[in-house]
This record gives sequence, structure tokens and C-alpha cells, in this order.
Amino acid sequence: MRYSALSILGQALSGNRGWKPVWREPQPKPHYDVIIVGGGGHGLSTAYYLAKEFGIKNIAVLEKGYIGSGNVGRNTTIVRSNYLLEGNIPFYEFSLKLWEGLEADLNYNAMVSQRGVMMLAHSDGQRDAFARRGNAMRMHGVDAELLDREDLQKMMPYLNYDHARFPIKAGLLQKRGGTARHDAVAWGYARGADSHGVDIIQHCEVTAIRRDEKGGVTGVETSKGFIGCNKLALATAGHSSETARMADLRLPIETHVLQAFVSEGIKPVIDNVIVYGGGHFYISQSDKGGLVFGADIDYYSSYAQRGNLAIVESTMEEGVSLIPGLSRLRVLRSWGGVMDMSMDGSPIIDRTPIENLYLNAGWCYGGFKATPASGFCFAHLIAKNEPHHVARALRLDRFERGYAVDEAGKGPQPNIH
Amino acid sequence: MTSSRIANVGLVDHSRVVKFSFDGRTYKGFEGDTLASALLANDQMLMGRSFKYHRPRGPVTAGPSEPNALVTIGKDARTEPNTRATVAELYSGLVARSQNAWPSLNFDIGSINGALSPMLGAGFYYKTFMWPAAFWEKVYEPVIRRAAGLGKAVMEADPDRYEKSWAHCDLLVVGSGPAGLMAALTAGRAGLRVILAEQDFRLGGSLLSETAMIGGVSAPDFAAATIAELADMPNVTIMPRTTVFGWYDDMVFGAVEKVQKHLAVPSADKPVERLWRIAAGRAILASGAEERPLVFGGNDRPGIMTADATRTYLNRYGVATGRKVAVFTNGGSGYRTAADLSARGVNIAAIIDSRAASADFAPYGVRVIRSGSIVDTKGGKRLSGIMTNRFGYDEMIDCDALAMSGGWSPIVHLMCQRGARPVWSDEAQAFLVPDVGPLFAAAGSAAGHATVSECLRDGAVKAHAAVEAVGRLVGHVNTPEVEGEYDPSFAPLWYVPGARSKAFVDFQNDVHVDDLALATREGFGHVEHAKRYTTSGMATDQGKLGNVNAVALLAGMRGVSPAEVGTTTYRPFYTPVSFGALAGTARAEQSRPIRTSPLHGWAKKNGATFLESGLWYRSAYFVQGEEKTWRESVDREVLNVRQNAGLCDVSTLGKIEIFGRDAAEFLNRVYSNAFLKLPVGKARYGLMLREDGIVFDDGTTSRLSENHYVLTTTTAYAAEVMAHLEFASQTFWPDLDVCFVSTSDQWAQMSLAGPKSRAILQKLVEDDLSDASFPFLAAREVQLKGGLIARLFRISFSGELAYELAVPAGYGEAVADAIMEAGRGEGICAYGVEALDVLRIEKGHVTHSELDGRTTADDVGLSKMMSKNKPDFIGKRLSTRYGLTAADRLQMVGLKPVELDKPLKAGAALLREGVEPSMTAGQGFVSSACFSPHVGQWIGLAMLKSGRERIGEKILVWDAVRSSEFLAEVCAPVFVDPENLNLHV
Amino acid sequence: MASLITCPHCGRRPKEEFSIRGDAVPERPEAAASEEAWHAYVYLRENPRGAIREYWHHVAGCRRWLVVERDNLTHEVFAVTDAREAATGDAA
Repeated sequence: MRYSALSILGQALSGNRGWKPVWREPQPKPHYDVIIVGGGGHGLSTAYYLAKEFGIKNIAVLEKGYIGSGNVGRNTTIVRSNYLLEGNIPFYEFSLKLWEGLEADLNYNAMVSQRGVMMLAHSDGQRDAFARRGNAMRMHGVDAELLDREDLQKMMPYLNYDHARFPIKAGLLQKRGGTARHDAVAWGYARGADSHGVDIIQHCEVTAIRRDEKGGVTGVETSKGFIGCNKLALATAGHSSETARMADLRLPIETHVLQAFVSEGIKPVIDNVIVYGGGHFYISQSDKGGLVFGADIDYYSSYAQRGNLAIVESTMEEGVSLIPGLSRLRVLRSWGGVMDMSMDGSPIIDRTPIENLYLNAGWCYGGFKATPASGFCFAHLIAKNEPHHVARALRLDRFERGYAVDEAGKGPQPNIH
Repeated sequence: MTSSRIANVGLVDHSRVVKFSFDGRTYKGFEGDTLASALLANDQMLMGRSFKYHRPRGPVTAGPSEPNALVTIGKDARTEPNTRATVAELYSGLVARSQNAWPSLNFDIGSINGALSPMLGAGFYYKTFMWPAAFWEKVYEPVIRRAAGLGKAVMEADPDRYEKSWAHCDLLVVGSGPAGLMAALTAGRAGLRVILAEQDFRLGGSLLSETAMIGGVSAPDFAAATIAELADMPNVTIMPRTTVFGWYDDMVFGAVEKVQKHLAVPSADKPVERLWRIAAGRAILASGAEERPLVFGGNDRPGIMTADATRTYLNRYGVATGRKVAVFTNGGSGYRTAADLSARGVNIAAIIDSRAASADFAPYGVRVIRSGSIVDTKGGKRLSGIMTNRFGYDEMIDCDALAMSGGWSPIVHLMCQRGARPVWSDEAQAFLVPDVGPLFAAAGSAAGHATVSECLRDGAVKAHAAVEAVGRLVGHVNTPEVEGEYDPSFAPLWYVPGARSKAFVDFQNDVHVDDLALATREGFGHVEHAKRYTTSGMATDQGKLGNVNAVALLAGMRGVSPAEVGTTTYRPFYTPVSFGALAGTARAEQSRPIRTSPLHGWAKKNGATFLESGLWYRSAYFVQGEEKTWRESVDREVLNVRQNAGLCDVSTLGKIEIFGRDAAEFLNRVYSNAFLKLPVGKARYGLMLREDGIVFDDGTTSRLSENHYVLTTTTAYAAEVMAHLEFASQTFWPDLDVCFVSTSDQWAQMSLAGPKSRAILQKLVEDDLSDASFPFLAAREVQLKGGLIARLFRISFSGELAYELAVPAGYGEAVADAIMEAGRGEGICAYGVEALDVLRIEKGHVTHSELDGRTTADDVGLSKMMSKNKPDFIGKRLSTRYGLTAADRLQMVGLKPVELDKPLKAGAALLREGVEPSMTAGQGFVSSACFSPHVGQWIGLAMLKSGRERIGEKILVWDAVRSSEFLAEVCAPVFVDPENLNLHV
Repeated sequence: MASLITCPHCGRRPKEEFSIRGDAVPERPEAAASEEAWHAYVYLRENPRGAIREYWHHVAGCRRWLVVERDNLTHEVFAVTDAREAATGDAA
């Protein structure tokens, strides 16, 4: 059923009785060409692009909970491509371009809102680092503007410009960056994939990976029985190590919890996404009025979707330091997402040493914005057995070869990326 | 008047009038009122507008779960939007305004949305606003955003103070109703350290509105007596106005105390709110139960509230919510409320009981409609009538308020914040607390008990268990007799059939039954999907009132049990907490420590301009005379250092003292270059790698005696290097005899650089400083004239003859003054980190601008620092990987713009001349740049692909974000004294 | 865990006094070990869901590195040991 203002009007006049399920609830078939493990944003977008762009029709997405129950529904909804490194910019820019066409492509309003992403610099060195990043972006044709303090004061008068430790010196603005309605991304991809014949099977947990005598993958054992496949694709960020272990694979990943927060709804005061360079704080305001924000991970390994008070407090400290006017507003809810923190802070989209097994993992803080490109590039890899050209740097063997994509320059310690 | 105060009823102090204002009108309330009770006493039932349809709303509760009665409290920078009037303690001078209404609360244009509601069903926005694509940001979204949110924030700095504190106890009791009080009393009498936390400003919980007699006295009197006894116990801490909002690991609870939120102008001597981190041995959740609204057509009109709220306004605040109140109930609660109202002379329009029969007594003369239901209501800003239906027959009954009861749900929130899910009980028709282990138990109605006597007993029983668990003897606690209890049982009623208008589930977000039905029809029947699709439970009350109804409705629509539907996830915060309380004192300059160097005073009196550098304030440059720009000062300082001498504060460098028999061996393993044979009295430049072969940090290390070294780090990496050394020592090589201490703050260190530095220093130092006796890289203790022992290092960052002198921090300023005085004849100047940076760029020394966590030693021309002979050092093994040794890596070079006046800036990109900019065309970037007064133009250090082969090449400096591009010549990264002659004079 | 941690030297202390490095299971190989062994040590992690060993540094306390044995799903702490003791079996 095509969505439009007209369809809404038509339904309104007939008591909204005609709306159909957005996706089917099929029983699993005995065998698929491709099985994707993980019904989150990346898994669903992979299925969608595999079916739509690469002509593969016999696809299943297996989700142990409900679709969108992982990080696609537990993030701060930021989309951007303001990266520094050659291995990252083309990939995230490809993703941003897909975001820009997403609603038209999916016929689903994921509310991609290009409100601008502003990264603040608080020292001359940080300003120069942002200039370097901005130039790298511009070289690739990505929009970037380096704004001075006066420009920023006009845009965001409520910031603390003269903070004793972190005065605001400059800002790197990507106007095309912004936010999207996170849940709707999962639902839109699910609806799109379903309409191309993909079987989305919820509450179907993969319990083992079956391999033939040569080691190649032939299917998965699940809570709904054995399902065979030609190719198995893992898109279970947060739990990648656990799923990969079923195929005896160790990954360059540790699992950590990142908390995020939303305030009570208030009338719009913050127009764009703001990223604080004096800490890790980032904030935007949703179309419902809630301030959506976050900062550091909890630093210890965790598979629990909840964090602790110390990080809650440090997040608010950074928030109030940057935006003093937050002080009397109230935080409504905190939540935690478990994430694959990789060894260089960058993701992995690659084949594995195991025949027929494909891996999409290691998204660290940044998986949401990558959702479209991650799916597209993973689909490309699965369909053609070769990486999409924008994802060539995101290989699994890059650590062995000495080609880490280390955006933060922190080295092989996952929790500081 | 319809709702009104009843003289001399309730716990408010009728003799103490409190004046306040709402929407500009002045009202009078009493001490002990909430804003909501005071407004009701003044017949102001309309208190807010809902989010989506802007429907007129009054309070539906008398407590923290309130979804409707949200107002903005306070003025100017103390403005607080979305404050729940039902818990806002009334104070003299309180200023409240309604919100989310325009032009006024009474007449709100936004209510037109209600007429459009068939088109604004659940998730409608996902299906439209897509065409044309450019219209989203320009047209649709601005309109949607105008409707966003409820109250307005002022975004001004908060004038008030906040603070944080830890508290420790054997037993934390959350809630001071019958169960909480008995738990605290039992544990308190047994000698446990007890904290009793109550979110309300008055302790007692449900006892404050209870009419049953306890132990022969009224329930409030019983509460008062118990509280008085607790207050006398030194081991019991009573914390009113304190909401426990979160349960974290290790039995740490987050709580926020409203210290001065009930004052118009708080005292500056105290915080307005205090964040408590309560480390509890055990805890008892006595948070009570929530009465559920009934879901029927038109159930949201102002005047419709829970029976419990009606009763609380009556018994605690002495406010009748109407003159003629109807009751709609599925159990005993409605009868109890009717009885209390009737006893206070309030007319009962009728009791509509959904059940066919019950043993409950209606007040004398009150009509009971059994098997009855309400299918619609009427009234604008206030309820004026209800359409009842019994066996298909309608009847309109006039009334101005309705008390509804849909049964009770235990408040299980805190116990479910750590992953455990509440458990559905068919018997209780409610979700009950999960078993979360022995340390945290629920008591009273939070544990599913319904009567006062059960709650009292259960509080004592649960505390008893806690006392025994810590090995104490339980004192004697009598559970008092309760007279006048009612039958709290009820028959489930999740949806009242036949609704003729919207039946709301989530009041604030205007989610009604049809929305849930649509969600189910479209495949969003999973409770999490339904929540996210319809926004049910996502308002500021987080579904405290509506979630259980929503779950049961979904269950009905899906044809399964509520157990199968389950609940959404419970997460902090139980009720919203201010940013201010969570940030505490750590805001503005208190958010991070301010570190000033021991030479800060010296720099200040020499005219320094300071620069924030990490946590430090460092002297950036020293303005003299008529200098108008920082460049003039820096140029002068640089030239003066190269011609005469300069003194710079380098105290911020990390300094680590290393001791032990194996110190040399240890250093040899943590540095990439050799350290075993460093002689006593010598300094050596050292490079540390990470285990992945990338440069970690650099600095000099000096051997002061056989087993004593002092290692310096860069300012930025002082803490990281210390942690790194401790890790290596404690985990890799615990057998090595070595130990460290950071002395970064103990020493003032200054760099005296320039050709005349020796002459100046010699005036102050007893020891002979001639090149022969104190050559380049000498490092040892010297005696200053006057006797002070100092450490002197002949090392140079500038490339000139230079020394670093370290003295105990307290002597820093005096010694620096003495050097300036001694150098006056030689033309000494103070120089700052800006000049220091110019001097090191001219000399081609690297900093973390080059060592950005991605560079190898070879990248910056330091391959000679990678020992070939040592069997092992940190980073050795992986430094030879292909990618780290590839020929096309970025290598450090020097850059000089071809045209002398072109300003080179760090961060500019490099491109081949004539090539279109693209990612693949990128050749590198400028890592450091400055104007060099020595060279007479801008110079820089750059990281350039295969750079060292490209000396002499012209390359395009492309700085698009600063709108500049020009050609520069690639050169060797040394602009002064390439033969190092100056170092050895 | 993670709210309060019992340092074997300092007692029960709040989380914010510690900095956390990560998995404490991999052991630094001999210098001459294979490149695969070094790659595995530096980059590969078991990362199980459940019981783990993790390095915590008592930065704002005794400055000892500790091995914290805990469950990363329930956040229950089983044991906290000084790293030297964990490495050598001797008390630090």
C-alpha cells in the first residue's frame, strides 16, 4: 500500500479500517539464498538493498527479538559524514546521500532532517584539527564550513562561550548532517524489504551455525528449527563476538554500553546537532521537543542494556557546562545500547575466513548514521563477493596488514575510541 | 463554585494562607497544599492542554504520576517548564503559568487538531510529508516543530547552587506509607542504620488520606507518632522531598532531594537540590500502588480523576473536587471514595459499578448502577455530565466531577531498572515485582498487598528479614490494629465497550484506544513497537498511569494474556530529574580542575596572556610596550631567544621519577631507543610506542644516579604515560625492581634558551657550566647560589644553547625572578608557548600535532630511534607490518609558501598542482605552521605522501574551509642550524 | 560493580576513581613469538557475554592495576585482585 497524504485522507474518511500490516509474519522456509542474522537497522537495510538493488529475492532476516530492538532504536539519531580519514569519508558520505533519498526510495517518512551538525572547537589546536577534517571533507566533495566564534554566537546564543576551561573558539559545521527518526528507519527498511519478498522472521534466535566438512557454512540452527542458506550474513552489532563465536571466529571487538538520554519535551530551543569538543557531549532536539543527548561509554565491558550513575552525572556536567540553560530542565529517561567497540573505532564489512560467512560489525558509537551505506555495501559484498568501493578500507584483516582506520588516533584499546 | 475547600478538613494549615499566582491571577491556598490542591480549592480545574490535540485537561492524580496538570513554575532564570502541579509544594510567591496553549489556556487554537484527529492517527507522519522532498525541512518540519514540546525553556544560566553527596546505610526504605514506616521502625528499633526516603514534602504516603483508624488513632496521627519516634533515633535518617530515581549496580541508589524548591527565593547558602548516591546494604521498596484510570469514551475531561486522587484531595487537602461527584468503579475503591465524599457533605451523583454484584456499601441514598458503564462524557473546560449505559439503555447523569477506579498496579519501577521484568499475576490482575535477590525487597502495596493492615504487617516482616540478615536482633514491633478497612478487591475492566468518543490510554500524548488498534492492525502489536509507534508511555509521566492499561488492551486485541504481551522496559529516572541536580557543582569553571603552573604568578607579572591547554593555563605570549597583535609579541620573543636569551615556563611537562635496580632495563623496554647504557648525569631523548607500533609519546629521560631517573612526558600525555608505565611494570614485568612517582606538580621547570643563556645561568649556579663540564645533554643536580639544590638539564627544544632548570615548585617564582634579573643585561625576555612552538617548528621538532596517534617513528624521520638490537620493546613486534612501512605513507617534511606573504595554516590539505581535489588526490596535510621571523616568512611542517623523496617539489596548499590556496615548496623539516652547531657551543 | 568496586588495597571505592583498560585475559607474547600470536594479543578478543576478567586501574587511589573478575551481563563482581598478584601469584 503506497503511503501519501491522499491515502491518509482516504483512510480517515473510512474510519482507518483499511491499513494493512506493514510487514508479513512468515514462517521460515527450509532454505534461503541469503540469511541475514539480525533484524536491526543494518540487517534490514542489507536485506532491502540485496533484494532491490542486487536482484536476490530469496532472503530471510532472522531476529531474536522484535525488529529494531537493538541499537537502531537506542541511539541519539544523528546522521552526518564529517569524518577525517580516507577510509571513512567516502563511506559515510555515501550513507548521507542515501539518507537524503531515503523517504522517496522507501515511501516511508523517516524524518531525515538536515538541521546541521556543529562540532565545537575549544582550542587553537582543536580548531586546526577541525580545519584539517573540513578540508578532507571538502576534498571529497562533502560540505564543511569552519565558523568563527561570532558566527556561532549568532546561531547559538545559549552556549557558554567563555567557559574557563573550554572557551568556544570555532565550529565545524556540516549543514547536510542532522537527525532521523530512528525507529522509523528500521520500520521503513522492514516494509521495503518485505515488499520485495524478504521474509522477516521475528522471535527467531540463531543458536548455532552449521558448517559442512570443508568448513563452509550451510545454514543455521534456530529457535524455529534448522534453516539452510547459501550465504550467511551477520549483522548483530553489540553481539557480534557472540554470533561469530558460533563459527569459531574471534573478532577485534569488545562489547560496551553507551548510555543516551532524553529530556522532557520543551518548545524548540536547539535547532541543530551540537557536539562539544571539551568532552564527548552531543545534543539535538527531536521534533517532539525532547532534548536527545549522550556522551561517553561506561568504559567497562557490558552486555547489559543499562549503565551506571557516574556516566550519567559526567554527561550532565558536560551538558550544563556547555549549555547553562539546561540546568533547570529535567531529564526524563536514560537508556543503554550495547555496542561493538572495535580496535580502531571503525567498523568491519567483509567476508570472513569461513566460506559463505559474511560479517558486518564493529560499529562503535556510530552505527546509526551508517545504516543505509552499511546495508548497501554489505549487500554488494554478499551479492558480488567483492567490497563496494566506498567500503574497501573496512576490511577484517586490516589490523594484520597494518591498515587500521583510526579516526581518533587512540590505538588498539576499544573503550577509548 | 464547583470544586472548593471544606473548612477545617485535611492536613493543610487553614490558618496559614499562602498567596500564589496562576496565569497572572492571584490565588490563596494554605500551607501544606500542592499547587494542584490549591488551584482546585479555587475552582480552577483546567490546568493544562494535552500534547497532540490540545484538549483541555485537569489533574487526574494527586501525585507524581500526573500526566495532565503540567505548568511552568518560576520566573526568569528560575523558570521550570513541565512541573507537575500535583507534587509542586505551594509556597508564598509561587508564580505558575499554563503551557502548550495559544493564545490562552481557555481558548487554544491548537485544539483544532482534535477535529483533524482521524487523519492524525498513530504514526500518520511516517506516511506523508514526503513530497516534494525539499519541503520536509522547509515546510512540514517547521510546522511540526512549532507543535513540539510542552513548556518553554528560558535557556539562561541558573542562579542557584546544587550539590552532591554520598550516603551509606544498612537499609534504605523507599516510601513512607504504612509499609515504609513499619519497615523503618522495625529496622530502626533493631539498631540498623536506616534511611527513609520520601518523595513528598510530607511523610506518611497513603496514610495522609486514609480514614481508617490505626491502633485507635487516625491514620495521619499514627503516621505522625511513628515519624516522631523515628526522628528520635540517631541511627535513622529521614529524607523528605527525596525521590529515589534509580537503582544502580552494587545497591547504589540515585536520589534527588529538593532542598529549597519550596521557596520563592532560595538562600544562597544552601543548594536548591542535592543529588544523593545512597550505598545501601539492603533496600525495601515501599513505593505503594497506582490506581488505574478506566478507559471509556471521553475519559479525559477536566474533573475526571482517579478515586484515589479524589479522596486525597478531600482527606489530605480538604478540597472537594466537585459539588456533585459521580463514581465509576470496578471495585471497592470507588465506594470508599464515595463514602468519604458523602461524609463531607459532597453530593454523589451515582456510583456506576461495572460489576453485576458486590458486597460494597454505597453511602445512604446513593444510587448504584450495577453492570453499568460510561460511554461518553460532556463538558468543555470541566465535566458537566456522563452518558451511562446499562444493558443498552443510555442515561445522561449530570455531575461536575467523576472519580474513577480501574484497580491497582503496584509501583514496581525501581526494582525493574536492572533488567528484571515485572511478573503478571492473573490473581492480582496486575504486574508484580520480580524477584531480584535478597538485598532488595518490596513491601506493602508495592508488593501487591491491598489493605492497610496487610501493608503495615508486610513492612514489618520485610524489615525483619533485613535485620536478621545482618545478624541483629529484632526488637518488639507490634503491628497495630486497623479499624474501618474497606474491601479493596476489584474485577478487571480494561476497556469499557461502546465508547462514543475517544477513550484515552496515554493522556498527555493523546493516545487513545483506536491508536493501539491501528498499531496492532499494522503489525506493531509488540508492546515495544506499539509504544514507539503510538508514543503511548513516552510522555513526561513515562506511562505510569497508562502503561498497564495499554498492555492489557494490546493483549485483548491480540487475543493473548497480558503476561504474553509483557511490559516495556523500566529505566531511570523514576520521575524526571533536573540537569542541575545531576551536574551538581561541576559546572562552568568547576566542571574540570583548573591547573596553573607554579610559575603562573611569574608569568602574570611579566605580562603573560594565558591560553587554555588541556587542563592547564599556560602563558602564551608576553605583550610588551606598544605591541598590538600577538604576532608582534611572538616574533620579538622568537628573535630574542635566537639572538640573546629567553625564559619559558615548561612546568606543565609531565615528570615521573623512576627508581629501582631494574630501572634501566625497564626504560629500555618501554622506549624504542636504547636506554641501558645511558650514563649517570646524562639526558636522552626517548620515543615510546604503543604496542601497535605507533608513536605514543616522546620526551627526555635523565639518569640522576645509578637507580634514579627522571622521565619527562609531553604536557598532554602526562597522565597516560604514567598509567602506561604502571601497567607495563605491574602486568608485563612484575619481576623487575622498579617503581615510579609522578612529580609533575612538585617541580617548577623553566627553559632558559638562547646564546646568552649560559652566561645568565652561571650567575646563579655555583657549579661550573662551561661546555666542558656541563656539555650538551648533561643532566644533574646543581647548587644555586643561596644553597638551593636544583636539577639542570642541558636540552634544547629551540635548537639554541639551552637549559631546563627544575626547582621545587614553591621556589619557582623566586628563581624565575632571579633569572630575569640576572639576564637583564643580556637582554633576556620571557617567552610563551606560542614562541616555543615557533622555535620548535623552525628546528623541526615534533609535537602531538605530528604525532597524532597514526604516525610511526619513520614517518617523522625518527627511524634511528627504533633500536635494531634490542630483543623486545613495547611496539617493536607490530611496527614492521606492511601498512606501517609502506612507501606511500605520509612523511614529515618542511613547507615554505612560494610567495613570501602567503600565511600557512595548520590543517590545510595538500594536493598536486593542477589536480582536481578529491579524496584520492589528497597528498597530506599541514600539521604545524607559523610565521618564522628567523626565516622571514610562514613556514610549516607537513605530513606528505612519500614526502622525503619530494624535497624541492611545488605542492598546492589547499585550505578550502578558510578559502585559501597557494603553492609551497617542499623542503627538509629544519629551518635553522641544520648542522646542530648551536647546541654544542 | 561499576558503581562500587572493592580495591584490595583501598576498600570499597566508587567507579569514578578507576580507569578501565579492557580484557585482562590476553598475555603479552614473547618477543620472538609469531606475528599471528602478536596480532591475536593486540587485536583479537574473546569478548564473551558472562564472566570476564578486566583490567581496572585505581587511578585516584593506590594507582595499582587490578584484575576485576565480573559478569558483564549482570554486572556482578566475583573478585578483585592486584594485577601483580594475578600475574605472579604473589601479593604486591
